[in-house]
Amino acid sequence: MATQILMPALSPTMTEGTIVAWHRQPGDQVIPGDVIAEIETDKATMELEAVDEGVLGRILVPAGSENIAVNTPICLLLAEGEEEIALEQPLPPVPKAVTPARPAPTIAVPVDAEREPGETRLQTVREALRDAMAEEMFADERVFVMGEEVAEYQGAYKVTQGLLQQFGDRRVIDTPITEHGFAGLGVGAAFGGLRPVVEFMTFNFAMQAMDHIINSAAKTLYMSGGQMGCPIVFRGPNGAAARVAAQHSQDYSSWYAHCPGLKVVAPWSGADAKGLLKSAIRDPNPVIVLENEVLYGRSFEVPVDPGFVVPIGKARVVRPGADVTITAFSIMVGKALEAADLLAADNIEAEVVDLRTLRPLDIDTVVASVRRTNRIVSVEEGWPACGIGAELAARVMEEAFDWLDAPLKRVTGADVPMPYAANLEQLALPGAEDIAAAAREVCYRS
Amino acid sequence: MARSATRTAGRATRTRRTARVSREELLELYRMMLLIRRFEEKAGQMYGMGLIGGFCHLYIGQEAVVVGMQAAVEEGSSVVTSYRDHGHMLACGMEPRGVMAELTGRVGGYSRGKGGSMHMFSREKNFFGGHGIVAAQVPIGTGLAFAHKYRGESSVSLTYLGDGAVNQGQVYESFNMAALWQLPCVYIIENNKYGMGTSVNRAAAGGALAERGAAYGIPGTEVDGMDVIAVRDAGRKAIAHASSGKGPFILELKTYRYRGHSMSDPAKYRTKDEVQKMRQEHDPIDNARQRLATAGVSDDDLKAIDRDIRAVVTDAADFAQSSPEPDPSELFTDILVQD
Repeated sequence: MATQILMPALSPTMTEGTIVAWHRQPGDQVIPGDVIAEIETDKATMELEAVDEGVLGRILVPAGSENIAVNTPICLLLAEGEEEIALEQPLPPVPKAVTPARPAPTIAVPVDAEREPGETRLQTVREALRDAMAEEMFADERVFVMGEEVAEYQGAYKVTQGLLQQFGDRRVIDTPITEHGFAGLGVGAAFGGLRPVVEFMTFNFAMQAMDHIINSAAKTLYMSGGQMGCPIVFRGPNGAAARVAAQHSQDYSSWYAHCPGLKVVAPWSGADAKGLLKSAIRDPNPVIVLENEVLYGRSFEVPVDPGFVVPIGKARVVRPGADVTITAFSIMVGKALEAADLLAADNIEAEVVDLRTLRPLDIDTVVASVRRTNRIVSVEEGWPACGIGAELAARVMEEAFDWLDAPLKRVTGADVPMPYAANLEQLALPGAEDIAAAAREVCYRS
Repeated sequence: MARSATRTAGRATRTRRTARVSREELLELYRMMLLIRRFEEKAGQMYGMGLIGGFCHLYIGQEAVVVGMQAAVEEGSSVVTSYRDHGHMLACGMEPRGVMAELTGRVGGYSRGKGGSMHMFSREKNFFGGHGIVAAQVPIGTGLAFAHKYRGESSVSLTYLGDGAVNQGQVYESFNMAALWQLPCVYIIENNKYGMGTSVNRAAAGGALAERGAAYGIPGTEVDGMDVIAVRDAGRKAIAHASSGKGPFILELKTYRYRGHSMSDPAKYRTKDEVQKMRQEHDPIDNARQRLATAGVSDDDLKAIDRDIRAVVTDAADFAQSSPEPDPSELFTDILVQD
């Protein structure tokens, strides 16, 4: 029986890929280690090597095929004597990647009343972030990017792709794997008049750098009586990716949002990712930009105007509704929108508020929404204790108590270190159903 | 009598090395060291009177280190240090009034009373703190060097750290990057023999702290940190190395603090004799004074300098007590730069 070679998963979040080229043809003898094909994921181009000895049989997915789902058979490997049989087998249809129920490739975001986005183009969040950095580096000589694998490797998640080629190694700098050291070095460079953009491969690793983020970057302006500002951006993916377990999945939103002296943004859409990162780079203060690995590959319409920015500190109603307010940020905005669809089927019109900035929190937009709906559900991926939802509960109680018809309900990540097992991980993360259930509960419709 | 004999002996061993110092320069160095000494004595006094709160780390005994280094460096270079920072600020040319008023938590202080002893800064004088977390200033100083190089300047970053800080991991992360990228950074290890109450011998494995950069190819030199001219000369070499594009340099300054780690430290981890011996035989100020006398500066002139400095310090102390406390509205200012 011929062995099927399957489209491999080459990263924790990869669901599909492109066959760039075949390096071996049917009938070629291959031994383990031979490169059979080149596969492009959203992060990198990888070589697919043979792991068994044999003869390459039929190629099931031709070169140039895009969006091939992981585990799709892409070719056959024949043992001795199998040639003819295998080659006579009918060619199975090539399954395209099944677009998962939630992540539609393009997500329509209603036009923001506060801005005229002008011309837009469809871009991934990854590209939007890259363009934000490139535009700001082009505009301001003081801006430079540093972090692990940001230059020659083109970014561990390809967010800095092309920046080294565009700006050179003076301004796009690969660091050693020493978060504490390079975060502090960035702070010093900011004190010295530069505008560093420090990438953390993930915010999980930034825990080693937190002393510099809080003690050196956030507090020095105050401790210097206003003399020594620290214009620096710390950015990178935050929160859970997929199956990377407890030490690589934490959501640090509330940790940073807790600290005076920092600004904290957590965008969901591509336009907000670009506009907020640009604002962050221009800001004279330390800004934490919490990105999301799963969102990097999602596509949105993004304004092309280099002058486009999104102001820090403004939430946004992404879906209007009269019955219940759902607040969310980062990847949870998508889940909240799905929940709103589910609720619409039950005749509950949910208003989804994308917080976008966590510090300073735009409580006015939240309160205005609660005044319309009288009910609120807060959604976040992080842990419940002292979380963003806990803060919202307090603020809504202080500022909109008389407008509430039900207590605020939190939907959060489970209060556990992130488990590895797929089923447990799914249980630990909030989903659209959880959000919809909470919304029904505050509407007394469960 | 015994005291003056040891002084003479000290001077004799040093004159050979310090032939190249002019009388005027030595007078200037002496004046600055004396200012730091008297300033710190006054700060200690005021702490005892309850006028200064919190932690207060005095620099008494170590004056030659910062004064010698600052004599070696050109304008435009940046300076960053730990929380034992009063001497560094004065040597950078910051006003005694502003430093003392910060110690008393008054609005006339460099941080308008919001930083205190450990957290003071002056953009004007390129003094970047004053950092309260042991060794945090080391990556920061390395980043300042990065900024100098990025802008193509010949200036360097003088990054001071103590013998306790050298055991922190971030120091080696910094050494690595500074050496990789050939950053113009001089790391000045002020080895005063004790990291709080733990002697260097009980805290630091291996040989001389000056060699701590060897793994990264960073050259290092041990220097008599009680001799201001030896410090100046070693500083010039290190700064020339760093500013010529050859990368970082490490100086280990052997020094001694006469007082406790902070005002609340009874210093029971060392003998009184040990402290007395350092004071009598190696005091950097006595030593400079002897040299000046030998160079023909009259006793009257020296006494006049003393009087001048006492007046400056008294004025700073008066200012620090008369300057008002910050307005309550200051509680919520300077958290973010308003753009």
